[in-house]
Amino acid sequence: MTDLSVNIAGVKLKNPIITASGTFGNGREISEYYDLSQLGAVCVKAITLKPRQGNPPPRIAETPSGILNSVGLQNGGIDYFLKYELPNLKRYDTKVIANISGSTVEENCELARRLGRDVDLIELNISCPNVKQGGVSFGTDPKIAAEITARVKESCAVPLIVKLSPNVTDITEIAKAAENAGADALSLINTLLGMKIDVNTRRPVLANNTGGLSGPAVKPVAVRMVWQVFLCTRLPIIGMGGIMTGEDAAEFMIAGASAVAVGTANLVTPTAALNVKNELVGYLEKRGIKNVSELIGSVLAY
Amino acid sequence: MKKPHICEILDKQELTENTFDMVVSFPQSALPGQFIHVLCGEGVLLRRPMSICDAGRGWLRFIFDVRGEGTKRLAQHKIGDSLDILGPLGTGFNIEKKGEDTPIVLGGGIGIFPLLMLAKSLGKNTEAILGFRTKSLIIMEDEFNEACAHTHITTDDGSYGICGLVTDCLTNRISKGDVSSVYACGPMPMMKAVKKITEASGIYCELSLEQRMGCGIGACAVCVCKSNGEYLKVCQNGPVFDAREVDFDD
Repeated sequence: MTDLSVNIAGVKLKNPIITASGTFGNGREISEYYDLSQLGAVCVKAITLKPRQGNPPPRIAETPSGILNSVGLQNGGIDYFLKYELPNLKRYDTKVIANISGSTVEENCELARRLGRDVDLIELNISCPNVKQGGVSFGTDPKIAAEITARVKESCAVPLIVKLSPNVTDITEIAKAAENAGADALSLINTLLGMKIDVNTRRPVLANNTGGLSGPAVKPVAVRMVWQVFLCTRLPIIGMGGIMTGEDAAEFMIAGASAVAVGTANLVTPTAALNVKNELVGYLEKRGIKNVSELIGSVLAY
Repeated sequence: MKKPHICEILDKQELTENTFDMVVSFPQSALPGQFIHVLCGEGVLLRRPMSICDAGRGWLRFIFDVRGEGTKRLAQHKIGDSLDILGPLGTGFNIEKKGEDTPIVLGGGIGIFPLLMLAKSLGKNTEAILGFRTKSLIIMEDEFNEACAHTHITTDDGSYGICGLVTDCLTNRISKGDVSSVYACGPMPMMKAVKKITEASGIYCELSLEQRMGCGIGACAVCVCKSNGEYLKVCQNGPVFDAREVDFDD
C-alpha cells in the first residue's frame, strides 16, 4: 500500500491532491461527481468580507493549451461562506483551505480572524491579476508582500499559506520575503497576466481586456518557479499550474512541491482532481515508490 | 454519482455549409432547454456547450455551426466515433408557464436549435417564428411545421417568407391577441427586443441565453449574465431565464 500522506505546515493531508481556488467553487457541484473525501484538501473560491460581483462577461477565452479568465473574485462574502458553504464542506473527510482575497491588509486580517480555527489552513491571495485593489499589487513587491504576510499571520489561528504570482521578475525574492515574514507555506503559481484579441472585431475577447492565463500552457513556467522557490526557502510548497495528469502532479512534486493543486483541469472534466490522484497512485505503484513524499524535491538537476 | 458519458455518434448530417446535425447515443433523459457540454477533441481544451435539439430514449440530437477551433474540431468526427459528453446540464424551459392560449417559440439563427424539442413538448397549438439571414440558410422548416400549428419564417433579405426581423413578426402575431407565452433563443439584440415586446404586452417570456462557458456545472463562475443587478451563472441558474429577471443594459 502506497503512503500518499503529506504534511503542509503541520497539517497532515491524506494525499497531496488539492483543488485550486476558483476552479471548484465551494465543492457543491463537483461533489455530485465524486466523494470529496478522496481529496487531500479542497481550496475554496476566494473569500472577501463583502459579497463581490466580479467582472462583466465574457470572462473566459481559450488560448493555445490554456485559458484566460477574468472572473474577478465573484463570491458571496465571508458571512455566506461561514454560514452556508463551510458547514457543507465539513461533512467531508478532507482538509479545508480558505482562500482569502481582501482588497486591503486590514480586510485580509479581518477575514483571517473571522475564519479562526474553523478551517484547516488559510491561503492568502496576493496574486489575483483581475482586481483593481489588492490582488497582485500585494504580491509583486517583496516589501509589501512581507508586510501583508506579517500582519495577516498575526490574525491567523491556523497555518498561513501565501499564494504567489508569477508576474514578477524574480519569484524567489517574494518567496523569501513571505518566509521571513512568517508564512507557513507557499502556493504557486497563480495565473499569468494575458490577453486575447479577436482580429475580426479588434476587440479583446475578455470584457476585462486582460485576464489570467492557466492550463498546460503555463506548466513549464510553474514547474520552474516551484523548483526555484524550493531551492531558496524551507517552506512546504503547494505547486500548481496546468496539472492535467498524475504525471504532471509527480513532476511538480519532483520539482519541490509537497502537494499539488488541480485547477484548469476541473473546468474540463469535473472528475479531474480525482483522476489526477488515481493516476499519481499508478505512477508510484509502477515504480515501486512506497511513499509519495519521496518525490518531493527529488529532481536530479544538472 | 454523475459522470461524463462516452457517446457514440449515430448519425451526422451537414445541413448547410458549416451547420452540422449530430445524433449520439445518450443514457439519460433531457428536458427542453437543457444543454450538453462536449469535449471537441485533440487540441481543444475546454468543452463546448451545445443546446439539446431533441432527445429520446437512448439518443440525443444537437446541431451546431462551425464558428471557431472547437466546433471545427467537433465537426471532423465521423459516424461511429465517440464523444465525451457531460449532461444534460442546466435549467431548461418551464413549459408549465405556457398559458391557456398560443405559446410561441421564437429563434434567430443558431437560436432555433433548442426550440424543436420545446415545441414538441408545448403541444400542437404552438407556433414558431424562425429567423434566418437568407433562404439558403433555412433549416428544420419541415420539422417545425410538423411540431407546430404554424411556422413563420423570416429572412433578413426577404429571399424567403417574411422579409424582416423575427421581432417584427412577433409584434404582429401578438397583436392578434391570443399569444399566451413566448420562449426565445437567439442573438442578444433579438433577446433584448423580445423582452421589451413581451413586457409591454404582459406576456410571459423565457429566454435561453448564451455565454462563453468554463466548467458548465456552476463551479467556475465564468459564464455569468446579469439578473436583477447580480451576476447569475448561465450554466446553472440558466441557460433559460424568466425574461423579467434578465438585465440587458450594462
